[in-house]
Amino acid sequence: MIYAILRRFGQMLFVMFGISVIVFLIFFATPGADPAARIAGRNASPEVLEAVRHSFGFDRPLYVQYVTMMEKIFVTGDLTSFVNRGWRVVPAVMDSIPVTLSLVFGAAILWVVVSIIIGIAAAATRGSWLDKLLMALGLLGISMPVYWLGEVMNLITQSRYHDSWAFSWVPPLGYKNFSDDPKGWFLTLVIPWITLSILYIGIYGRVLRAAIIESLQEDYIRTARAKGLSETRILLRHALRTSLIAFVTLFGLDFGALVGGSALLTEVVFGLHGIGKLTYDALQNLDLPMIMATVMYASMFVVIANAVVDFVYILLDPRLRTS
Amino acid sequence: MILSVRDLRVAFRTNDGLVRAIDGVSFDLEESEILGVVGESGSGKTVSLLAVMGLITDPNATIEGSIRYKGRELVGLPARELRRLRGNEIAMIFQDPMTALTPVYTIGWQIAEQIRAHRSISKSKAMERVEELLAEVNFPNPHEAMSRYPHQLSGGMRQRAVIAMALSCNPALLVADEPTTALDVTVQAGILDLVRKLRATHKSAVVFITHDMGVVSELADRVMVMYAGRVVERGSRAELFSDPRHPYTRALLGSIPPLTGEKPRRLPAIPGSPPSLLRLPQGCAFGPRCPVHYEPCEAGKPDLGSGTHAAACFRVAQA
Repeated sequence: MIYAILRRFGQMLFVMFGISVIVFLIFFATPGADPAARIAGRNASPEVLEAVRHSFGFDRPLYVQYVTMMEKIFVTGDLTSFVNRGWRVVPAVMDSIPVTLSLVFGAAILWVVVSIIIGIAAAATRGSWLDKLLMALGLLGISMPVYWLGEVMNLITQSRYHDSWAFSWVPPLGYKNFSDDPKGWFLTLVIPWITLSILYIGIYGRVLRAAIIESLQEDYIRTARAKGLSETRILLRHALRTSLIAFVTLFGLDFGALVGGSALLTEVVFGLHGIGKLTYDALQNLDLPMIMATVMYASMFVVIANAVVDFVYILLDPRLRTS
Repeated sequence: MILSVRDLRVAFRTNDGLVRAIDGVSFDLEESEILGVVGESGSGKTVSLLAVMGLITDPNATIEGSIRYKGRELVGLPARELRRLRGNEIAMIFQDPMTALTPVYTIGWQIAEQIRAHRSISKSKAMERVEELLAEVNFPNPHEAMSRYPHQLSGGMRQRAVIAMALSCNPALLVADEPTTALDVTVQAGILDLVRKLRATHKSAVVFITHDMGVVSELADRVMVMYAGRVVERGSRAELFSDPRHPYTRALLGSIPPLTGEKPRRLPAIPGSPPSLLRLPQGCAFGPRCPVHYEPCEAGKPDLGSGTHAAACFRVAQA
């Protein structure tokens, strides 16, 4: 088991190295484009161009450029954005990480808990009106675009009904640091959490219901009934437990992508300056160092999330432990 | 008398019409007796025993008739009461040990789960009992086997684990649904030995479902042959094997290769295939495949009649 985890960790490092090389090559070795000109931004003076060329080592071989870049990101952390005139890239990324993590972690807890409850309730009462209602609501949640839902949420909680008893607690948009103001942190994030999680509650609830119903057809469920176990125990201990494997797969992919910046729309709608927003702005300005850093960061989280999912797999499914 | 089934009928509503899977089955089972139930796939042998276990959960199924366990009527018994019997007094072994165990728990855990569902004992006490049970079903290293997951065991070992689980609460009645079908022949023999030994030690009555006449001849005290949802012949093992009366039983016995003497070049086969339960032939369901078919067979369904050795055939009644 320890060996399996260590091996997975090694694979993870290897994948991250591969990603860094590919991203580097895309931005810095594309034929016909001068990376120095891109980094320096539009209308850069020849002096700035020269400085960029020297600082990133563009007058030296490609592998030196790669090492220089990685050093700037991971070791010295002094990668500088020229488009934004001397803005340090690494601290900017570091500042946005807690925002995105707060948003995504909270939403993930919400969607996992709610979708498990919905999935179990729908599977246990399959065919009933409750099942149909929950599945219809799930479909509705999946169908609502998050930016639209976010704006509607804002409209309701920030303007139209803000003064009513129900939403007067909602603070203005923006992010508050957890260490400065835990209560404010929580309150500002409640509406974004709900908004972000609704789509996933719909998807996960439906997926879990289908997986549980499939599990309930298995022979071992009949064995469990023959053992004289209660229906609740059969559902939770036998059917749900074996259904969680599909659930965890999906979770790993979605969680990694969200932490890596896919929560962009939610971040923009609620004025949260997270990784998604940072990447979006960098792409608009063609801010190459910033793009490089955010892509590295995003890939790191996707890879880590996948590795964590694999560890959870090993915990959930003993069949994976021995191989 | 431990089990008494009278005129059991199980039907399933389907889109194509009503499927009468069991159509008037009656049998009795004495204490620590082994009853062999033989028949082809679809003859209703499994469904009739699932009905006894109360394991027919299909909402489109209707169950009629009477199933008395130790004098207590099981048909219509509330699910709660039935659950108290299931796994405790009536236990079941299934056909495919590969899929009969939940893949994510150790076998020790799964056996202990059953014990703790019916007895209020501590986890460690339950585990001690599990170890005894695994030793009883001839696990070479019971203590180690407890912490094994199903996928780490061979088919035969899994079936032993399933048997240990079935025996965990000392059931008075054990239903075995083709427990050897999915196993190698050598492993089969071991499992049959085990069933015999356990009948002796636990005094459980056993209903052994199979399509293998060889297995029946080795194990059963009494035999019941089923065809298209009905019992076509019943009798003691000796009666049935030395004097098979129903043409279907004869045909089944005729399809076993003889151990001594000259071997036939081709084994005789029963022509045709079992009828669809949706479109049963007029009169005797075996009629179209029967070598001694004659006019009265078209008119009505033959009754099994009473008596220890009986066959549901007009030819037999006539003779």
